[in-house]
Amino acid sequence: MAEFLDTGFGTFVIILAQCLMLLGFVMISLLFLVYGDRKIWAAVQMRRGPNVVGVFGLLQTVADALKYVVKEVVIPAGADKTVFIMAPLVSFVLAVIAWSVVPFAPGWVLADINVGLLFIFAASSLEVYGVIMGGWASNSKYAFLGSLRSAAQMISYEVSIGFIIVGVLLSTGSLNLSAIVMAQDGAYGLFSWYWLPHLPMVVLFFVSALAETNRPPFDLPEAESELVAGYQVEYSATPFLLLMAGEYIAIFLMCALMSILFFGGWLSPIPGLPDGAFWMVAKMAVFFFLFAMVKAIVPRYRYDQLMRLGWKVFLPMSLGWVVLVAFFAQYGLFGGAYARWAVGG
Amino acid sequence: MGFADIAFYVFAILVVAAGLFTVMARNPVHSVLWLILAFLSSAGLFILMGAEFVAMLLVIVYVGAVAVLFLFVVMMLDVDFAALKAGMAKYMPVALLIGVVLLMQLGLVFGDWQFAETAETARQAVAPAPGETQNTSALGGLIYTQYIYLFQAAGLILLVAMIGAIVLTVRHRQDIKRQNILDQMYRDPAKSMELKDVKPGQGL
Repeated sequence: MAEFLDTGFGTFVIILAQCLMLLGFVMISLLFLVYGDRKIWAAVQMRRGPNVVGVFGLLQTVADALKYVVKEVVIPAGADKTVFIMAPLVSFVLAVIAWSVVPFAPGWVLADINVGLLFIFAASSLEVYGVIMGGWASNSKYAFLGSLRSAAQMISYEVSIGFIIVGVLLSTGSLNLSAIVMAQDGAYGLFSWYWLPHLPMVVLFFVSALAETNRPPFDLPEAESELVAGYQVEYSATPFLLLMAGEYIAIFLMCALMSILFFGGWLSPIPGLPDGAFWMVAKMAVFFFLFAMVKAIVPRYRYDQLMRLGWKVFLPMSLGWVVLVAFFAQYGLFGGAYARWAVGG
Repeated sequence: MGFADIAFYVFAILVVAAGLFTVMARNPVHSVLWLILAFLSSAGLFILMGAEFVAMLLVIVYVGAVAVLFLFVVMMLDVDFAALKAGMAKYMPVALLIGVVLLMQLGLVFGDWQFAETAETARQAVAPAPGETQNTSALGGLIYTQYIYLFQAAGLILLVAMIGAIVLTVRHRQDIKRQNILDQMYRDPAKSMELKDVKPGQGL
């Protein structure tokens, strides 16, 4: 067995198995995330939410997915067929691809590459193509308006996300996600993590992540009150399922990124307790809960307010923060809280 | 032929094919999509050369930002490209001539390319030892430490170009209504509402 695993084909089999494991984790958590999202939303609005299929309605998402798969795929007559079918694939595949560099525990990562952070940033900046292509190929005014909004919105908030990431990167001295988590390992448990020195950026990142993934209150690309359902109006059956799954996977990825960048990834919050993948998953779940709560309690932004927030508030703030962090790190201020090159990179 | 070789040929063929389709596609949106495929494949080529940082930058900057803006503009244009391309046969000889001349010039330059005796050592002097430093930090050291003035000058030129473009195109229109965000935010019910006691049958 060991000999077989050393051959080229054996390595291929191992990598394939790892990919399938990761994909399984993402897809199964996706099922329960959608359920959790609806349940939390319902609880805030004092409804019951899904409660019929399975115990407590746990299998509702499975039933929904099944329903989408067996339905007929309707492609509008005036649509650009190739691009129309490609759009959901692009949005789903890109959302899944970014997971390949996310570490769950020391060594528990599919591809431990040096530019992991940039890779995630690249993949999430490409996700806008799923939306633009879908909206354009539908050959429908509502869908097109939704995709135009989305293009402008995602580009605007990517800029501030980029600068926030640069702040963390300056503190760590590495783009490797595992190194970023290691740099937050300290004697004070959760007070050694980056959320304390980078506190303002945690809030900015959370809000930018909402905008980047088109979540409420920034879900203008699909604003149902004005654009019916934005870029996905014309989609049905499996393509729609893929678009929606891609969206949720991207949201979950942002939760993972949040816990890696600012909340110590797999590190345990209390110094005595053992570290492990459990903490990583628990943190991701907590952030998803926050995402769901924001959806439930915050009203939708107006489009010009959204743009103003991105360019005139977030961009200057995050840019100023990068300069400040560079200064703190260079001169080792605050007990070296901003310069952890020795620990991480 | 190892895996890297196969990957190289796949990416190289993809770049060339996607470039061709960018020019030949009838629909301008399809052209931009082919262009994106070309960008992504060249990012793959960069990764094969071990320049993962440059590859990621190519994807983020060109595919993630520049091509999105291309697509944005092209999707909103309502140009009949078939009509524009109708005159292509007329301009074909000139275009071909320019292409051939360019190709010949490139051939002349690269065919007669000679390395100076000191070129190799000059490059060695600034290049960090491979295998010891990461790609990203090596590039950062070169740009921000070794060649900081040149880098800043390049940045300044770009800034000047940007300001120039804005100065040339901006126009302050006085005849439109603008909203003052601060005014809007500091408005409160006391200033914007007034309660009046209306007597029945009289009105205000």
